[in-house]
Amino acid sequence: MSAPDLTTLPAEAAPPRSNGELVFEKPWHARAFGMATALTEAGFIEWNDFRDHLIEGIRTKGQCGVEEYFERWSEALEAVLIDKGALQEAEISERAEEFEHHERDEIF
Amino acid sequence: MGAYHGHHPDDLTEAEARTKALESLMREKGLLKGDIVDDIITRYETEIGPLNGARAVAKAWTDPEFKSRLLSDATAALSELGIGGMQGEHMVALENTDDVHNVVVCTLCSCYPWPVLGLPPRWYKDAPYRSRVVREPRAVLREFGTELPQETTIQVWDSSAEIRYLVIPQRPAGTDGWTEEELIPLISRDSMIGVTVALDPESVGA
Repeated sequence: MSAPDLTTLPAEAAPPRSNGELVFEKPWHARAFGMATALTEAGFIEWNDFRDHLIEGIRTKGQCGVEEYFERWSEALEAVLIDKGALQEAEISERAEEFEHHERDEIF
Repeated sequence: MGAYHGHHPDDLTEAEARTKALESLMREKGLLKGDIVDDIITRYETEIGPLNGARAVAKAWTDPEFKSRLLSDATAALSELGIGGMQGEHMVALENTDDVHNVVVCTLCSCYPWPVLGLPPRWYKDAPYRSRVVREPRAVLREFGTELPQETTIQVWDSSAEIRYLVIPQRPAGTDGWTEEELIPLISRDSMIGVTVALDPESVGA
């Protein structure tokens, strides 16, 4: 899609955006969002598959607030990637532990 | 792997660590490359936002023919303005009138028309809004500072299917002869979800 160049708009055109809240509260929220969107746009995952997992996660685990929302989001992405056979649960857990224990410090 | 520089922030939460693990592995396998994720984030933070929806509403307010196209096939009408894409494939426009006020929710998760309104605000994703607006819309709207006449019917639309809704708020009185550009600042994101009405012309110092 072609998005308009909004930077060319005068400042007075901004209020619809200025009453907006923070889009992402933490960087990892944005990463989780960006990954799912990028992989969908690239055709690697099906949006509906992701959406079904997200709905199911919210339904079964509940969700209140931005942090929990992106927890469900990230879990849904993980589930879709495992379904596709792109990743395996064990390697995700192992890699996550490396991050938790600071054995890895890649910055995204 | 990699030296620990001692300036890590607080410990990672499990969700944060798993999200990092996903990106790390997807990059390692070559399934995510370069700046693709950053580009998406930037695009949604800066380029796609409620201004798109406001442009469409301002045009509908000033151009009756565009408005009728918007109401009969919103997806096609929005594409005339170059607005479309993911999560905006099946758009439906809802016109607010003296008789009916429309408000949008996604009771199942957070379906939202990204190309016209950007990313959903936090309250839209929270359980209280998702459950309460269906049961007691008038009370929820009041919490947004929106007091509607008793005779106005409030119609709640659940976007849980493939359909995404855009509310066309009522054009405020006192804006006769205003151009699209002058009208745009009156059209807030919340008014296009339907939890508020368009802003008072006085409030934008016009």
